[in-house]
Amino acid sequence: MFCWGAKAKSLNAVGFPNARDWNPTEEDWKLPENWQEIFLEGMRERLSKYRSFRLFMDICVRCGACADKCHFFIGTGDPKNMPVLRAELLRSVYRRYFTKAGKMFGKLAGARDLDLKVLKELWYYAFQCTECRRCSVFCPYGIDTAEITIIVRELLNLLGLNIQWTMGPVADCYMKGNHLGIEPHTMVNIFETMCDDIETLTGIKITPSFNRKGAEILFVTPSGDFFADPGTYTCMGYLMLFHELGLDYTWSTYAAEGGNFGFFTSNEMAKRLNSKIYAEAKRLGVKWILGGECGHMWRVMNQYMDTWNGPADFLEVPKSPVTGTVFENARSTRMTHIIEFTADLIRHGKLKLDPRRNDHLKVTFHDSCNTSRAMGIFEEPRYVIKSVCNHFYEMPDGTTREQTFCCGSGSGFNAGENMELRLRGGLPRANAVKYVRDKYDVNMLANICAIDRAALTTSMNYWNPGMGVTGVHELVANALIMTGEKKRETNMRGDPLDMPVEEPEAEAGAAAPADKAAGGKANV
Amino acid sequence: MKAFLPFLAVIFLVLLVIVGVKAASLYFLFGVIVPYAALLTFLAGVVYRAVKWGRTPVPFHIPTTCGQQKTLPWIKQSKIENPSTTGGVVVRMLLEVFLFRSLFRNLKTEMHEGPKLTYGSDKWLWLAGLSFHWSFLIILVRHLRFFTQNVPGVVQIVGSLDSFLQIGLPLLYITDVIFLAAVAYLFIRRVAIQPVKYISLAADYFPLFLLLAIGCSGVLMRYFLKVDVVSVKMFTMSLVSLRPRIVPGVGTLFYVHLFLVSTLFAYFPWSKLMHMGGVFLSPTRNLANNSRMKRHVNPWNYPVKVHTYEEYEDDFRAKMKMAGVPVEKE
Repeated sequence: MFCWGAKAKSLNAVGFPNARDWNPTEEDWKLPENWQEIFLEGMRERLSKYRSFRLFMDICVRCGACADKCHFFIGTGDPKNMPVLRAELLRSVYRRYFTKAGKMFGKLAGARDLDLKVLKELWYYAFQCTECRRCSVFCPYGIDTAEITIIVRELLNLLGLNIQWTMGPVADCYMKGNHLGIEPHTMVNIFETMCDDIETLTGIKITPSFNRKGAEILFVTPSGDFFADPGTYTCMGYLMLFHELGLDYTWSTYAAEGGNFGFFTSNEMAKRLNSKIYAEAKRLGVKWILGGECGHMWRVMNQYMDTWNGPADFLEVPKSPVTGTVFENARSTRMTHIIEFTADLIRHGKLKLDPRRNDHLKVTFHDSCNTSRAMGIFEEPRYVIKSVCNHFYEMPDGTTREQTFCCGSGSGFNAGENMELRLRGGLPRANAVKYVRDKYDVNMLANICAIDRAALTTSMNYWNPGMGVTGVHELVANALIMTGEKKRETNMRGDPLDMPVEEPEAEAGAAAPADKAAGGKANV
Repeated sequence: MKAFLPFLAVIFLVLLVIVGVKAASLYFLFGVIVPYAALLTFLAGVVYRAVKWGRTPVPFHIPTTCGQQKTLPWIKQSKIENPSTTGGVVVRMLLEVFLFRSLFRNLKTEMHEGPKLTYGSDKWLWLAGLSFHWSFLIILVRHLRFFTQNVPGVVQIVGSLDSFLQIGLPLLYITDVIFLAAVAYLFIRRVAIQPVKYISLAADYFPLFLLLAIGCSGVLMRYFLKVDVVSVKMFTMSLVSLRPRIVPGVGTLFYVHLFLVSTLFAYFPWSKLMHMGGVFLSPTRNLANNSRMKRHVNPWNYPVKVHTYEEYEDDFRAKMKMAGVPVEKE
């Protein structure tokens, strides 16, 4: 269970070392002559740069509280997927080269030589951790396996040992502005298509702006939102909401990516990709930044962006132009999460909503790892969902909020060749969804993460066929009564609405947007 | 093997001191030199390790948030599980250090036919861990009566509370029972629970055997062999006053106890036992989740190569113009 190795082309695009085409299934990984030296020197450097790394190498007592908390351990049963053991893979090398006991007693002290077998094992398991941080919630010392995995991946990166499913998007994002390599004219085209669909649905013509100087707000969302279903419905939701509010905002084709796959390769690469957002905000002269629904994007925005590329003193503290609310919790980064923005709108009664338009849905909410454990967004999305849907059900305790489970494909694992691992890792989440499906007939899994929208769709198709996956702003758009809109016949996906018939004028010809709802979407 | 060698090591330590004292009469070595050296190693080692950690920078602001963030005024923040202020962090750390808050969350995940996953509460590890650490602390405090001429009131109160059951003579200390039971449980779970056995190293068994041996030797001295407490105190006070002298009549078992404790002290800074100090420095727990409100500075932040907008526009100018996207240079 693994993803294909990173290609030379992608590594070269961002100037990563030891670029070469290689194949994990082959014996020879074409490593540089002095790979041990590079690895150990890299380790030494990071031990002196990250307190987290040094501390987490030193203080684990192997109590095992983390063991059955990892979705990959639950799904695979592989003991090396217990977070403690995944960390021990590197800790054993740390002991051997950086502690006296390990140097003196070797194996007895739990130390291992860094040989090729150990390196391959580190590679294999570093890419079986989605850096979801669930283990760190339960660890009595807060040891965060994500920190260790991040470092291991950095070290592997020094040897050119990344995975292509991460490196391809990194290279594309660096050169073209987004992970999917969508060039500016294509991006505009995509939005035109989405706006056509919106017009068909609502009768309202929306013309969003790109790279517009002087706009009040720069909006940034993961490119997955305008690339594929069901993310596109969420993106259409943003467009409809902003249009209805008359928001003075712009998209950017240069900073067209909210997500950051660089974060899955090295901190430096993450910083290089992230720099575009503030740079673009500055160039366009916007007042503040609004960010879309995404998981790891928000870990980066909350915990890293300001440190890497701040201070954003050229921006203003975000203030909703509609309600006047000042988002005090973003007074330094000057970037607000759209779910905070929308929750505030609804609270102030600024949106006309008809939740009955979501009556065909019984909704549950999946807390995304990063917005949960690296931020703490729990109530905002629930408030929004409950305002736009009449049927909402929580998954069982132990599987939501800070204890939520990863979709199984986070941190750059969504590769086709990696399907078995993804489905196994997706089991705990899927199983909790199955529980509410069986108990309450839940048919729609809402979330605020672009990777979730892609990954959970696959996972649900396998584990819970028929379960739909949606972004929260798709639900908002369903319920949103827009000024001057025509009567809605269908939801965003073109599925007929399950509404009490008020005006029985059956318009058989009212063309629904082409059948985009194919493939595992709920159709009640 | 991983458990057996540490077991042998502790047996060896016990035999070493018995032979050393009984056969070779190395009273001064085991009674004075070793304890002093162990204490110095402990102090120097703990400081060394703590300073080494403390001097390593915290480049990023990475608290693990376990509750609702500070957000809109009408949404209730979880001020302890997701603190945004220093006060909140302090309370979070106190709960962590004194009550093992995170371990209290422990769940037992079980897979049934179906597959069907269930998550049950599992507090045994928390209970045993907390019982062990607290009873150990109380026992240490009680021992201060051997190291102070006028025993402080607090120590006396702790001692009398600890023996309030009034069982036997000398009175049974509850913490002695809890300590041995908890350590025994921590050992048994390491060998009986398969995943825990799999992750355990010699370095996990050694401290457990050592603690068991320390506890047993203490219990034997107090309740069974009834060591001459007056002599012991004369001896310990001579150590405290830095005028060490060997007091006859304290018995070999006392030397065993002292030597094992010395071993624990000397071993402590170089082992996983340093988690005691480390927990305070853990950046996922001791930082407030306020990095959107207040900029966290990375001391080694450095400029990186970026792909600038100008370079981007150069690559795509024609396509941008074609699509009606504004450009800087025509």
